[in-house]
Amino acid sequence: MGELVQLTSFGLTEGEVLGALGRVKVRDVDYADLYFESCVSESVSMEESLVKRATKSVSQGVGVRATAGEKTGFAYSDELTKKDLELAADTARYIANSPSGAEQVPAPVRQRPTRDLYPIERVQAEVATADRVALLNAIDAEARRYDPRIKNVMASFNTEYKVVIVATSDGTLIGDVQPLSRLQVTCIAEENGQRQAGSFGGGGRVGFQFYHEGDRYLRFAREAAREAILNLSAVEAPAGVMPVVLGGGWPGILLHEAIGHGLEADFNRKKTSAFSNLLGKRVASDVCTIVDDGTLPGRRGSLNMDDEGTPTGRTTLIERGILRGFITDKLNARLMGIPVTGNGRRESYKSVVLPRMTNTFMLAGTSDPEDIIRSVDRGLYAVTFGGGQVDITNGKFVFSASEAYLIEGGKVTRPVKGATLIGSGPEILTKVSMVGHDLKLDEGIGTCGKEGQSVPVGVGLPTIRVDEITVGGTQR
Amino acid sequence: MNQHLQQQDGYGQLATDLLAKAKRGGATEADIIIADGETFSVQVRLGAVDRLTKAREKHLGLRVFVGKRSASTSTSDFSADSLGRLVTETCTLAKAVVEDQVSGLPAADQMAGEKPDLDLYDSTRLNTEQQIELAKRVEAAAMSMDERVTNSEGGDFDSSSVRVVLGNSHGFLGEYPSSSFAMSVSPVATDPETGAMQRDSWYSVQRKFSKLDSPEEVGLEAARRTVRKLGAKKVATQRVPVIFDSETAGSLMGNLCSAVSGYSLYKGASFLAGQLEKPLAPEYVTVYDDGRVVGGLGSRPFDGEGLPTRKTTVVERGVLKSYLLDTYSGRKLGLPSTGNASRSVGENPSVGPTNFFLVPGTKTAQDIIKTVKQGLYVTDLIGFGINMVTGDYSRGAAGFWIEGGELAYPVEEITIAGNLKEMFAGIEMIGSDLVFRGRIASPTVKIAEMMVAGD
Repeated sequence: MGELVQLTSFGLTEGEVLGALGRVKVRDVDYADLYFESCVSESVSMEESLVKRATKSVSQGVGVRATAGEKTGFAYSDELTKKDLELAADTARYIANSPSGAEQVPAPVRQRPTRDLYPIERVQAEVATADRVALLNAIDAEARRYDPRIKNVMASFNTEYKVVIVATSDGTLIGDVQPLSRLQVTCIAEENGQRQAGSFGGGGRVGFQFYHEGDRYLRFAREAAREAILNLSAVEAPAGVMPVVLGGGWPGILLHEAIGHGLEADFNRKKTSAFSNLLGKRVASDVCTIVDDGTLPGRRGSLNMDDEGTPTGRTTLIERGILRGFITDKLNARLMGIPVTGNGRRESYKSVVLPRMTNTFMLAGTSDPEDIIRSVDRGLYAVTFGGGQVDITNGKFVFSASEAYLIEGGKVTRPVKGATLIGSGPEILTKVSMVGHDLKLDEGIGTCGKEGQSVPVGVGLPTIRVDEITVGGTQR
Repeated sequence: MNQHLQQQDGYGQLATDLLAKAKRGGATEADIIIADGETFSVQVRLGAVDRLTKAREKHLGLRVFVGKRSASTSTSDFSADSLGRLVTETCTLAKAVVEDQVSGLPAADQMAGEKPDLDLYDSTRLNTEQQIELAKRVEAAAMSMDERVTNSEGGDFDSSSVRVVLGNSHGFLGEYPSSSFAMSVSPVATDPETGAMQRDSWYSVQRKFSKLDSPEEVGLEAARRTVRKLGAKKVATQRVPVIFDSETAGSLMGNLCSAVSGYSLYKGASFLAGQLEKPLAPEYVTVYDDGRVVGGLGSRPFDGEGLPTRKTTVVERGVLKSYLLDTYSGRKLGLPSTGNASRSVGENPSVGPTNFFLVPGTKTAQDIIKTVKQGLYVTDLIGFGINMVTGDYSRGAAGFWIEGGELAYPVEEITIAGNLKEMFAGIEMIGSDLVFRGRIASPTVKIAEMMVAGD
C-alpha cells in the first residue's frame, strides 16, 4: 500500500485546497486539478579518481490547471500560501468563458494508490554521502583494473525523492512518494594517441542496496570500460540499407522513437501524427506485440499513479502487428472518447500534463537469438545505443548505436564505430521478420524529452531482426 | 514598482547575510546566485487558445568551499528556516567530499568592476489579450499562405523576464535584469496526392519586443519551410558536397562550442584536446564568442562566477586560438578563465557560450548552391550521433537534393556522416547570411564532401 501523503506536509489544509479547486472550477471548466510537489535531488560525482562534487537541490511548489474544451489554463507557484493558490486559480480559469465565482466541487475522497511498486522507506532513500563516495571510489578502481588503457573514469550517482499530492475536481485527493536513482559511469580509453569513450549505467525507483545486488555497480564499471576498449579497435561503419539485428534491452529505444511517440494521444487528437489514421490497421509484422506498462515494480518508468492521480496500467499498443491503442491523459481521452490509460505525466509542478510513455517494450517471440544472427549474410548487429529522436508528423526517426558489430556470413565479426540508424515509424516494424525469446528490459537510464519536459522512462526488446534499415556510416 | 525595487535590494542583503552565515558555518569561501523571474506563455491552435501558462518563480543556489573541498545546493524555499538549514547542509556536504587542489573562487582582483549597459531588458509588458492576438496572427499567417497547409501544432507567444543576483565572499555583488520575447509557429502541410504530412516551424526571439519580426513574416516563413518539404524522397547512398543552411550550420558551431569547452578538454573527452594554436579549418574561418554584444541573446555583464564577460577569438584565420573556460576548468588546463562560467542555479558552474558565431563570408546561399553539381542542401538534422571524443559524426538529415546548381527536390530519411575534424577542415565556402536567433549562430556553410546514406 502506498503511503497516505498528508497535505499538512505542504502546510495546507484540505479546506484551503478545496477552496482553490472550487475557485478554478467555474462553470465552463470541464476539469481542474492541483498538483503539489516537493522534490529533493542529490548528486555526487567523481572524475580523476576524486569524488569532488556534491550537490543537493530542494524544490517545492504547486501547479494549478483548468481545462475547458481543448483549452488548458495553467499557473504555478513556488509559494504555497492560500493567497498564492487563489492567484494561480484565477490565472488558470482565465481560459473559461464563465465569470469568476466559485463552483461547488465534490468533496474529494482521500485515497492512496492501490499499488506499491517502489516500497522504499524514507530512511532507506537517504543514503549517507560517505556511502555514495565509497561506491564511486570502488567504481574507479574496478574500471582501471579492467584495463590499463582506461585513462579516466567519470561516475555520478543521482537520487531524487519526490512527494506529490493531486487534488482533482472529479473528486480525488491522492498522494504518492516517488523515489528515483541512477548510477552512470563513463570511461575514456587511450592507446597510441587514439581516445575512445564507453558509457554504462542503470537505476530505477530502487533503494541503495539495488546497486550492491550481485555487485551491480562493479558490473556497470566493467561494462563502461569494456565498451571504451572495444571502440579503440572499431572500424568505420557501413553506409546504406542493410539488415540489422538489434540486441535485447536498451535497443528497445527503437520502439520508443519509431512508434511510441507517434501513439501519444495528443498528436493523434490533433491529427499531426503519422499514425493518426492507422488504428486497427497493420503497422508491424505479426511477430510484433508491443505494450506500454507503468506497473513493473521498481522500474525507472513505473509509477503507482500518473500525475493526474490515475493508476498506471498496461496498454497494448500493437497486437500481432495491428495498431490497437493510444496512450492517454485525461484531457485527450475525454476529447477523443477513448479510455484513460494512466499516462498523464509532467516533469514537475512547473509543467503541464502530457500523455507520455512509461516502460515500452516488445513481448518475447520464439526465435533463438543465435539463429537470428546466423540468418544475416551481411549486416549490422547493434547492442548499445545513445539517444534517439523522431519527427512524429512525417514519422522519420533516428537512433544512434554506440556499440555495434558487422555481421559477415552469419557471424558477428568486427566492431564498428557508432552510427545513426534512420527509418520511418509506420513502416519499420513491418520489416521485423524474427523476434527472439530473450526479452530484456533496459538497465534504467532512459530520459524522454517532449515539449521541453524530461521524464524517466524504460524500454525493452528481445533480439530482433529488421530486414532493412538505413545505416549512417561512412563506408560503402 | 517600488515594491519590486525593495525586493531587489532585499536579495542583495539576503545574499550578503547568507554568505556571512556560511563563513560562520566553516566555509572559507562561498558564492550565491539568486534568480527571480516571471514567465507568461500563450499557445493557440487552429485559431483558438490552446494553453495559457503564467508563473513567477525564484531560486537560490549556494556554493561553499571548506578549504579545497566544495559543495553546491539550491532551493526554491526562501523561508528563513529553510535557508538556514541549506547553509548548514551545504557546509556538511562539502566536508564529505575530497580535497580538490584547484577548487575555489576566482581571484578577488579579477571580479567584474565596470557595469556595461548591454541593453538586455525591456520593460514592455503585454497583457493576456495582446499575447493571444500575436499568437493567433502568427498561426493565421502560416495557415493562409498555401492551401496545402492543412493543420498546425500551434502558434506560440512567450514573454519572460528574470533578475539575476550574484554575490561572493570576496565582497562582489552584481545583478542584472534581462527579458525575452519569442514567437513561433509549427504548421503541418499535407501532400494532396499521397496524403503524406510534413511539419516545420519558424520563430523569432529577441530581448526587445520591438525588435521581433512581424507575426506575418514568421508565419509565412514557417509555411514556406513546411510546404517545400512535401514529396520528399530518399536518395542513393553516395559521397557528395554538403551545404548546411544557416540553421543547421548553427548546430555545427554548437558542436565546436562543446568541443572547446574546458570541462570536456581536461577530461580528455574532446577531439580538440591539445589542439590549441593548431590549424582547425581553412584560413577564411574565424569564430568568436562575444559576451558584450548589445542586446545579444547570450550577452551578460558578468559570468556565472562574477568575472567580466569579453570577446574571445576561438578560431582566427583557421587556427584554434582559445578554449572556452571558467575558473576551475582553466586552472585544470593551466589557463585563465575566459569569463564563460555558466551557472544554472543549483549546479556547479560549467562552461557555456555567450554569443558564439562564425564570421560571415560574402556569398549568398544561392551563390553557394550554384557551385554544386550534385549534392545535398541540409535544412534539418535529428538525433545525437556525435562522438565528441573522436569527432565521429552521423546524424539523420532532411533537405534538398542539388542538381546542376539548383535545388531539385526535397529529400528525407537519409543520414550524413563524417568526422567533425575533417568537416571543419573541409569548409569550402561561408555565406553572408549570419542572423542571431539564439546564443549560437552561423551563416550557410559548404563542406567539401560527406557520406550521405540512403537507398
